[in-house]
Amino acid sequence: MGIDAGMWKLAGSSSSSSTCRRFHASSLGGSSGEVKALVVDDSRINQMLHHKLLDNLGVENLVVCNGKEAVDIHVSGKQFDLILMDIDMPVMNGIEATRKLRDMGIRSVITGISSHTLDHVKQEFIAAGIDEYHEKPLTSAKLLSILNKIKHKD
Amino acid sequence: MVRPMPHIFTSTGLPLWLLGWGAEFLRAEMSRLLALLFHQGVLDEQFLQLQQLQDESSPNFVYEVTSIYFSESEKLLRNLKLLLMEKELSDYRKIEIHLNQFMGSSSSIGANRVRNVCVTFRAATEENNRIGCLRALELLENEYYYLKNKLHEFFQIEQQRSLAARVRYPMQD
Repeated sequence: MGIDAGMWKLAGSSSSSSTCRRFHASSLGGSSGEVKALVVDDSRINQMLHHKLLDNLGVENLVVCNGKEAVDIHVSGKQFDLILMDIDMPVMNGIEATRKLRDMGIRSVITGISSHTLDHVKQEFIAAGIDEYHEKPLTSAKLLSILNKIKHKD
Repeated sequence: MVRPMPHIFTSTGLPLWLLGWGAEFLRAEMSRLLALLFHQGVLDEQFLQLQQLQDESSPNFVYEVTSIYFSESEKLLRNLKLLLMEKELSDYRKIEIHLNQFMGSSSSIGANRVRNVCVTFRAATEENNRIGCLRALELLENEYYYLKNKLHEFFQIEQQRSLAARVRYPMQD
C-alpha cells in the first residue's frame, strides 16, 4: 500500500510534547498482518500502548503526534486500513483531522479513542466522520473487534 | 563438592546465595501487593493489560510506561497547582485540559482511584468552584503519591525477584 515494513525505530527520547515518535513495526505475519494502521495521539503512554497492542496482533503501524501529521501523511500518499484517532491534541485536534481526512476522500476506518465522557464532544466527533468511538483505554478485545470488522468489510 | 560462596550481600542485607530460595517468596509478595492494590481500587484491570503486553521483545514495558506516567503526572500536578494559585483564577478551561490529560493517562495504566478523583475535580471546574478544585487537588495528590509509592515498591520487589531467579547456588551445580 505504500507503507514499508521496517525495523523497529524510535526517534528521540525527550518527553516534551513537541517531540514526535514514529514507530515502524514489521508485520509479524499474524492473522491481522495485512491490515495497516495509523495511531494519532499526542500522549506518549497511549502511543506506546496502542503501538504495542497493534504490534502484538501483527498489524503494521505508524504513530503520529497530532491531527496535522495524520493529514500530512495521507497527503504524502500513504494509506491505512485503520486510523486510531485521539480527540485532544495540539496543532490539530482529532475532530478537525477527521473532517479534513473525510473531505480528502479518505475512506479508512477511523476509530475515535478518547477519555472524554461529554456527550456533545462525542457527538461532534461522530459528526466529523468517525466510524466508531471507544473510551480509553483501548484493550486487546476492543482492538480485535475493530480489526474483525475491517476484515469482514473487505 | 560444595564450593564456598563469597560473602556478597544484596541491598536488602540478605546474603546473595539466599536469594536463590527467595525468588518464589518475592513472587508471592508481588502478587500480594497487587491483590491489595486491586482490592483497594487503586488499580483496575487495565494494569493487567499492561502486564500482558510485556514480553521478550519489551521485557520492561510496564516499568517504562509507568515511568512516563509518573513523569507526566507530576508536571500536570505542578501546572494544576500553579493555575489554582493564581489570584484571579478565571480560566477553568485550562484546568480542564490538564485534567483530561491526567484522566486519559491514568485510565491507560489502570490508575483507577486517580482517574476517579480527576472526574470529581473536573466537575468542580465545570462549576467554576475554586474551593472544590483545591480540595480535589489535595485528594488527587494524595491518591497519586500513594499509587506511586506502591508501584515503586512493586518494581523494587520485581527487581529483587529477577535477581534472585538468576542466582545459582552450590546445590544446583
